[in-house]
Amino acid sequence: MENPILKTESLTFSYPAEEGSKLVLEGVDLEIQAGSFVAILGHNGSGKSTLAKHMNAILLPSGGKVYVAGMDTTDEEKLLAIRRTVGMVFQNPDNQIVANVVEEDCAFGPENLGVPSDEIRKLVDDSLRVVGMYDYRRHAPHLLSGGQKQRIAIAGVLAMKPRCVVLDEPTAMLDPIGRREVLETVKALNESQGVTVVLITHHMDEAAQAGRLIVMSEGKVISDGPPRQVFQQVELLRSVGLAVPETVELLYELNQEGFSLPLDALSDEACAQTLYQLLSKD
Amino acid sequence: MTSPIIQTEKLCHTYSAGTPFEHRALIDVDFRAYPGELLGIIGHTGSGKSTLIQHLNGLLKPTSGRVLVEDRDIWESKAATRQARFRVGLVFQYPEYQLFEETVYKDISFGPRNMGLDEKEIDRRVRQAAAFVGLPDKVLDQSPFELSGGQKRRVAIAGVIAMEPAVLILDEPTAGLDPIGVAQIMDNIRDYHAAKNAAIIVISHSMEEMARRVDRLVVVNDGRIPLDGSPREVFAHRAELEAMGLGVPRMTRVFQRLKALGADVDSSVYTVEQAKEAFLSAFRRKGAM
Repeated sequence: MENPILKTESLTFSYPAEEGSKLVLEGVDLEIQAGSFVAILGHNGSGKSTLAKHMNAILLPSGGKVYVAGMDTTDEEKLLAIRRTVGMVFQNPDNQIVANVVEEDCAFGPENLGVPSDEIRKLVDDSLRVVGMYDYRRHAPHLLSGGQKQRIAIAGVLAMKPRCVVLDEPTAMLDPIGRREVLETVKALNESQGVTVVLITHHMDEAAQAGRLIVMSEGKVISDGPPRQVFQQVELLRSVGLAVPETVELLYELNQEGFSLPLDALSDEACAQTLYQLLSKD
Repeated sequence: MTSPIIQTEKLCHTYSAGTPFEHRALIDVDFRAYPGELLGIIGHTGSGKSTLIQHLNGLLKPTSGRVLVEDRDIWESKAATRQARFRVGLVFQYPEYQLFEETVYKDISFGPRNMGLDEKEIDRRVRQAAAFVGLPDKVLDQSPFELSGGQKRRVAIAGVIAMEPAVLILDEPTAGLDPIGVAQIMDNIRDYHAAKNAAIIVISHSMEEMARRVDRLVVVNDGRIPLDGSPREVFAHRAELEAMGLGVPRMTRVFQRLKALGADVDSSVYTVEQAKEAFLSAFRRKGAM
């Protein structure tokens, strides 16, 4: 066992040659356990995407260390093993698809890894089944919806059998149906495939579904815990330009009127139940 | 009642007519927007809403039916079509991908220059449009490609605002932005609305966003407009909206559930503020009993 699968130690980063070379990451210490589903929430410029790009050595630390399954990301000899351990999915589905047929696109990764072709066939079929796109394996990707394209991008990463998938705002460009499809796929990756998932997002409702929520602001981690605990810090989150789910916001606003309600209602049902108890009490 | 600033009469649009791919995207659509109105259009991907807005400034020509801007058929003459394109400003989704000039100033001035305005007027409009979207003067000489994503989008919106359209249409203006970016863009749009009394038409997927900002909602589904009214009226049709792949705002869902549990509350709320008032009033009624 090599828990944690991802680890950062006093990680700092600044983009080279930019004016003043401001630190984008200012000392991040994190451990992400294998098999977990972690969301990283932050506004634009908070450093969340920069952090994500350190998780498979797309960026290397300016200071501090990043370890992927125990491997130092600055060790060039480990680069291939690091990239095989952690796969990345990006925001724009159109920038990630390389082939004219869905199954060929999915095969691109394993082909590059030199996997024998009969194994590739199985990897591709299995991956497309996981994301629910197997029936579309002979289709042309450009004719599919944004959500479908993003699921193919995920299948392409899965076909390389990574232990961890990092998704950088995978739903930002999708409509509500596409967002739901992708989020369900992400959850399935974690629950049924046991893949460690790191989801970068600024949608509170998506972040609320993770097992652990890390909030970034100004290059630092400002909150870290289960979503229902993190979202209770309404003032902290607002102070860094983030919102909380409307259910929590309502209970918070009622507390400003003198109630003392628990702020852990992340679902419609939990919120309705909390309010109902107050109204039905004698 | 004032007359509409823009309207469609029995608007139909059929893509690839006469081929096996024939698709009727709009069917007998009667759409109206009034001066000074903040209007929201909702509909899932493929509902026809994009086809509809592309007719409003003459980017698409109706298969049948008419589009009137300030009571004039925009296809009656070339001059009318050209005029409609200046009177009705359209900001596409991800407009920042359409920036192309060397400087922000040149990019924003592209529209006004096409209108044939003199340099002095162009300069006034560029500076005013930049101010509306909160771009500082020093940015005007920079390349648009050096700016952040949120700033690029504001440059693109300024480029349309600089034409001073009487109708400003924005397709998903806040897509991909974080909550601060969303609030800034919506405030910019509201400032333009207040200053020019322009009709603003916003397309969005976020029911919560729409609920907070618009006076009226138009729902597009399968090429028609099945629902049209205040947010409260439209969100009362939850089952129909869900069948269309849409939904109602979160607070509406919570309060409908609360009512179903047996609480005596107003379940037509759709913002946190309204939900708070509805709860407090139910709580006070209970105390008085």
